Amino acid sequence: MTEPVLTVSGLRAHYRTSAFGVEREVRAVDDISLRIAANEIYGLAGESSSGKTTLIKTIANAIQPPLEVLAGSVVFNFRDRSVDIHDVTPRELSAIRWKHLSYIMQGSMNVLNPVRRVRHSFVDFAFRHIGQPMPAFLEVVRGHLQRLHLAPDVLDAFPHQLSGGMRQRVTIALATVCRPEFIIADEPTTALDVVVQKGVLAMIHEIQRELGSSILFVTHDMSVHANLADRLGIMYAGRLVEEGRTADVFRSPRHPYTAHLIASLPRLGDSAPKKGLEGAPPSLASPPPGCRFHPRCPRATEVCRRETPPMAWLAEGHRAACFHPASEAAT
Amino acid sequence: MSAPLLEVSEVVRTYAGGGAFSRRRTTAVAGVSLRLDAGRAEIFTIVGESGSGKTTLARMILGMVAPSAGTIRFQGIDLATIRGKRARLAFMKQVQPIFQNPFEAFNPMKRVDRYLFVTARRMAGLLGDTEIAQATDRALKSVGLSLAEIRGRFPHELSGGQLQRVAIARALISKPALLVADEPVSMIDASLRASIVNLLRDLRDRLNVSIIYITHDLATAYYISDRILIMRQGSAVESGDARSVLDNPQHPYSQLLKRSVLSPDVPADAGARLRPEPETSQGVIPHA
Repeated sequence: MTEPVLTVSGLRAHYRTSAFGVEREVRAVDDISLRIAANEIYGLAGESSSGKTTLIKTIANAIQPPLEVLAGSVVFNFRDRSVDIHDVTPRELSAIRWKHLSYIMQGSMNVLNPVRRVRHSFVDFAFRHIGQPMPAFLEVVRGHLQRLHLAPDVLDAFPHQLSGGMRQRVTIALATVCRPEFIIADEPTTALDVVVQKGVLAMIHEIQRELGSSILFVTHDMSVHANLADRLGIMYAGRLVEEGRTADVFRSPRHPYTAHLIASLPRLGDSAPKKGLEGAPPSLASPPPGCRFHPRCPRATEVCRRETPPMAWLAEGHRAACFHPASEAAT
Repeated sequence: MSAPLLEVSEVVRTYAGGGAFSRRRTTAVAGVSLRLDAGRAEIFTIVGESGSGKTTLARMILGMVAPSAGTIRFQGIDLATIRGKRARLAFMKQVQPIFQNPFEAFNPMKRVDRYLFVTARRMAGLLGDTEIAQATDRALKSVGLSLAEIRGRFPHELSGGQLQRVAIARALISKPALLVADEPVSMIDASLRASIVNLLRDLRDRLNVSIIYITHDLATAYYISDRILIMRQGSAVESGDARSVLDNPQHPYSQLLKRSVLSPDVPADAGARLRPEPETSQGVIPHA
């Protein structure tokens, strides 16, 4: 097997605050290990406050107090070198960012400067990484936009002149213009309409196949994962609870949380009653002991209340953190 | 035959655009009609993309925005003729809203039970403390909560799903005949979404409340609606029985909308499923 592009091992990141003498610790990322191979779309799913965004922040080394990394490492294997992202100087980090590691963000309005033309955003982000004089650089950008079926005259537009879907396409072009090995996509289609969403996802899929980059694709929308991700990781309350090839996870979910999540998805043409999940996601400041899902879990037993289930391999490429995982579904 | 519960006929709403002296007008809703019968509670869904005018239509039904043309009659009374505090209150008792984001609907500095008590006093006209507490508890019980759980809590202490249930309970205190729910589940986590949608269905069956459910999500629309109206750029493009419209859409836009819904079933070939629609692949080219 080739070296994975990203290796996260035993990562723990907590938010620590101390106000008026009250210490508070939010365990947003708790002992997460995962690997992402080259040329792979890794989908990360989880509800709000499950620690998805904190995980991305620690992977990208965008760490600001009160967030602290307590343990674990994040190692990238780029084309020419391998780096521990928490162990680089700021200068090295800015050389890596965008050239090797880039982002596609949710609010495309926040990425593109609203008072300057789109061209300036490309210059700000990518000019120094491409290392060519300005006319040649703009030629590279135009060629890249054309490859993504965008008219090159978007460069002369202001962000507000573009529709939401168009803006999101421009941010995808911006994130891929340096041909990075690793792209983090944080809910890139959540704010878009269904018709536009499909087009944007198709574009991400196409550019990923062309560049051979790896994508960490974060969204809570399971239908998006089903259609895009090669492998899927499910987070619950700061922990990774299940991971496997997308088809395996959907066909045969092992963790009860995943099983519920998939069973409760509404489908067009299906009006059979669906059951909601009782209870609410736990607070990360005071998570329940043992398995964090046990208060809502139909299969919980004594051991789940006491001990934390470890991540265990259940089938080839499929692992889950549960003491009572479901057996493999017949296919 | 008695008057229908709600009769919206050919309503139009335009907004002035541009500067103060600009004559440009934007048409948000361009002549939409719909009708809900009294006596038979149903879930009527309005589906459309952003900018299709579905929220403006809901605001007109709630009496928050006056139509530029056309009439809306609720239980036979034209909304334009409602004048004065008393008549307005009587209307608000009957038609209650549920908003999209429960975290924005509640003031973070106030306890959530206060909203329920104030609603009980103002809308349901209750006076005694015990009477108010009883009415509040009854409303909370019908959404699967109780006053004991909610009393004294602030919005941040409740999950999005619980808070949305409280918002629905608040709307139910005055025993309305019609709820207008604008994207009530789009801000709710996936694991809690099914229970809110089930709750709406349950309210229709148990409390006989008609619900206007506004959404962009065709899958939940299929799951709970009796009738559906598909809007695009202010006009209704297709309407009718929800199942038959969504199973077999006739209008090209409804067909496009249905094709665009990503199925949660893993496809054999992702590339084939994600092929963009021809209309969307070009996008808007700005005036440079």
